Amino acid sequence: VSGTPEHEAVVVDARGLRCPLPVVRLAAAARTLAAGTRVDVLATDPAARYDVPAWARMRGHEMVGDEVVAAGEDDEHRVLSVRLGSQA
Amino acid sequence: MQTARMFLDASGSAPMTNRTLDAFHAGLADGWADPARLHTESRRARQLVDGAREAIAEILGSRPEQTHLTHSPHVGIERVIAGVDAARRGRERIVAAAIERDAVLHAAEYISGGHLTTVAVDAAGHVDPDALLRELEVPDVSLLAVQHGNHEIGTVQRLDRVADLAAVARVPLVVDATATIGHVEAPEHWDALVANPADWGGPAGLGVVALRPQTRWLPVWPEGDDWAPGGISVPAALAAAVALQERAETLEQTSTRLAGLIDTIRARAATWPGVDVVGDPVERLPHVLTFSCLYVDGEALTTELDKEGFAVGSGSACTAGTLEPSHVLAAMGVLTHGNVRLALDRTTTEQDVERFLAVLPGAVARVRRMLGVEDL
Repeated sequence: VSGTPEHEAVVVDARGLRCPLPVVRLAAAARTLAAGTRVDVLATDPAARYDVPAWARMRGHEMVGDEVVAAGEDDEHRVLSVRLGSQA
Repeated sequence: MQTARMFLDASGSAPMTNRTLDAFHAGLADGWADPARLHTESRRARQLVDGAREAIAEILGSRPEQTHLTHSPHVGIERVIAGVDAARRGRERIVAAAIERDAVLHAAEYISGGHLTTVAVDAAGHVDPDALLRELEVPDVSLLAVQHGNHEIGTVQRLDRVADLAAVARVPLVVDATATIGHVEAPEHWDALVANPADWGGPAGLGVVALRPQTRWLPVWPEGDDWAPGGISVPAALAAAVALQERAETLEQTSTRLAGLIDTIRARAATWPGVDVVGDPVERLPHVLTFSCLYVDGEALTTELDKEGFAVGSGSACTAGTLEPSHVLAAMGVLTHGNVRLALDRTTTEQDVERFLAVLPGAVARVRRMLGVEDL
């Protein structure tokens, strides 16, 4: 089983961006990354929790995480983790 | 150049036919009196309402005396859920399909005091029978709400199976048919049914609730008339009945024709890159289809199509003035952005559909270009 270790995840910070921009940023980042890379999307837009998994399904990637993180007051966001497929 | 308008958002409101408009005018001319009084003018108004109720009941397959007109389908949903729930004292939970209308979910949440359980749907939008059975096996369920068909994704539920599970658990089944009556045959399996005249080309501002003779229901409001306190609009009732009769006369031809047009759009949309087509391709409403386009701003796309002469709906958050996208799309696990929701009108032609199919890919490309995502 291949894949990047936890600490090598690529972060796409889409906090404060509205749909469809979080998915657009994720797709743009994914284009330059190798298969097996984990990408963590940070998002505050409520649509991202549905659209990131839908994008992954449509594009042949795998969802590997969905967490709500509260880093501090007024900084609650979601971390949506995708393991990139081969993007054939 | 002025382009002809094409109304492809005919769910919840649809253009009225001349016959319906004539009925409305006749209702204004002959039914202006308060139907609740004792004189001749009142009696005439009352006869019009009673006649309208009977005509609607016949098509719903309900008894006229248990077919009630309300001030809107929304009010009908609230009052029927409240009344059926009140007759089930001691059972606190309401179970509903995850893709019920907001009006159903909000009413159920409020009336149950927050004890609403939603049941997931499968990839085609059908209620998961195993999940439903698990919920109904717990004996604290006051009522079950499952829609007939969905106004966004078009999927028609297998109500015979749902009703079997509800009957075994002795839980009353409330069916929201506000997206289906006038488009397909009325469902057979329900204890309470809600319909929306505006959806079948009647006037807005009227709802219909039907109960079965055995359905237990208690009034919860103090007005004496729980369904339409203060009375309902006589012309609206008359026009609603005439519109439904007119739909019923041509139901089969219209539904076959529109189902073919939706098949065409569905097949074509599946070939467009980055498009997620949603809902059951077969067990569905004849006139409804939704799909979502990757990397597209739903509001920008709706506006772009409007400029081209097409009125379409959208379940994307960016079009609703809220941050939350359609809970139906979310529950289906499909893309919520770039969503286009079509509900063909009875007058929509093959040429209209061909024009839409010719215009849509260009409109999507323009909106993607605005975001600089053509090459993603």
